[in-house]
Amino acid sequence: MRVMVFTKATEDMDMSAPPTPEQLEAFAAMDRFTEELVKAGVFIAAAGLKNDAQAKRVVFEGSSRTVIDGPFAETRELVVGFSIWEVKDMDEALAWAKRAPNDAMPGKSEMEIRPFYEAADLAEFMTPEELAAPREGERGKLGVA
Amino acid sequence: MTPGETHQTIEATFRIERARLIGGLARMMRSVDLAEELAQDALVVALSEWPRTGVPDNPGAWLMATAKRRAIDALRHDKMRRRKHEEIARTLPETSYGGTQAIEAAMAAMAAMDDDLGDELLGLLFTACHPILSPDARAALTLRVVGGLATDEIARAFLSSEATIAQRIVRAKKAIAKAGLTFEVPRGAERAARLPSVLEVIYLIFNEGYAASAGDDLVRPGLCLEAQRLGRILAGLMPEDAPETAEVLGLLALMEIQASRIRARTGPDGAVIPLTEQDRARWDYLLIRRGLDALARAEALGGKVGEAGPYVLQAALAACHARARQAADTDWPRIAALYDRLRVVAPSPVVDLNRAIAHSMAFGPEAGLRLLDEIADAAALRNYAPLPAARGDFLFRAGRLTEARSEFKAAATLTRNERERAFLLARVDACDCEH
Repeated sequence: MRVMVFTKATEDMDMSAPPTPEQLEAFAAMDRFTEELVKAGVFIAAAGLKNDAQAKRVVFEGSSRTVIDGPFAETRELVVGFSIWEVKDMDEALAWAKRAPNDAMPGKSEMEIRPFYEAADLAEFMTPEELAAPREGERGKLGVA
Repeated sequence: MTPGETHQTIEATFRIERARLIGGLARMMRSVDLAEELAQDALVVALSEWPRTGVPDNPGAWLMATAKRRAIDALRHDKMRRRKHEEIARTLPETSYGGTQAIEAAMAAMAAMDDDLGDELLGLLFTACHPILSPDARAALTLRVVGGLATDEIARAFLSSEATIAQRIVRAKKAIAKAGLTFEVPRGAERAARLPSVLEVIYLIFNEGYAASAGDDLVRPGLCLEAQRLGRILAGLMPEDAPETAEVLGLLALMEIQASRIRARTGPDGAVIPLTEQDRARWDYLLIRRGLDALARAEALGGKVGEAGPYVLQAALAACHARARQAADTDWPRIAALYDRLRVVAPSPVVDLNRAIAHSMAFGPEAGLRLLDEIADAAALRNYAPLPAARGDFLFRAGRLTEARSEFKAAATLTRNERERAFLLARVDACDCEH
């Protein structure tokens, strides 16, 4: 099964100053963890995300589209990165997630593991014909069933 | 880590470590059976201790140390037993046991080994895929010891009985013991020489899953995932700059790109949809991207078309289709050039047939017909429906309808697939309409 793992921080990371030796070591630990995932055949993709000062939101309400510029005042947790893993089950994903280093994170952080929808999940409420019929805009989606 | 770990978490952790553990233990004990047994013992200890202590920071090293202690206990026990034998033997002339010396050596080697888990997994994979074993035996053993699949899962995946697979694995283990294989990673020229038999097995596992287009049993598509995982592991463990890594990356790229089409290649009625007619919106672009990346790395290692091996060439072929956002965009001249090369590196009548089709798409039906004439007498293609079907297609496109008609008819008679027959008969009718 494929899972997306969101890494969330509660405090903003200050990336404007040059990294301290501790931070460099923390980044190296993260790289070693990724290397372990690669060698175990679990790693599919990953990326780090810039903080919400660089972000924009599009709010949908009926026919209106409102753009909000970051940073977002009400944000309590910030998604700082995500990775996609191929694992046998959620237990395996959990076992890997617990091994991730968190030294790079200021304050408390968390990882949220979300399984992808797969054909078997959709089969319960969709007919094979519906499953086979392409849905609009599906092109380029990340491996949905 | 906190205490109170559940059995589920502990077993998941064990699954992550299992293959490396078995690889390291097999190298010490020179026995897959003993290694599996010791690993299992270590799990039992973990299940009793970790709920209290929590999962250790380095669970792999912990499990290894525990298994090693067990192994030393077992050897010590064995040594005492043998010493008794030797005392008896000493009274008999010209009988030499030397057993205790061998055990001493094993114990010394074990004490000297540190807990660093390096390339045990690679050594295990190379041993399970050793050319002394048949490809089927290699596949079963690899899925068992590296993939961690249970015997009944392997049996279902290969549409075989559990007894057959169990026996295949037992025989393979015996053959490895008999040949005295060391579970070391081969180096240098030997590694390059042994690699094809590893790649062959991984691709065999992949194709077992991929060929099962329709399947109520999800284990068979699961084989594709398992093969991709093995390919990713191998690509992650091979030295990045070794020339033979190009073929590893080629195989990985080939599997990623082929797997990207799994959702698009069967229609709602279970029929296989040919590549050119697939809905490309249903391809998995994440896998395509991974495949193209792996191919680029392979080509950077010297896998350019001129000197590329069979997997890099096949990956490059698959990439031509993956890059085309619609079938009409397909770069057929490049595909034709890649087939020209593939038939030199991995000659086969089926490659020749596909080459003729590629040339017909790139340079017109006459070019395809000329190449078909060269292989018309190949024994392997006798009674092979795709041959007259391809000739029929070329003739049809060349406007030679009467000849095309009889080729389609011949192909329809040869095929055993109902859907394919219906398709070919429709093409017979189309020849009549054009008249």
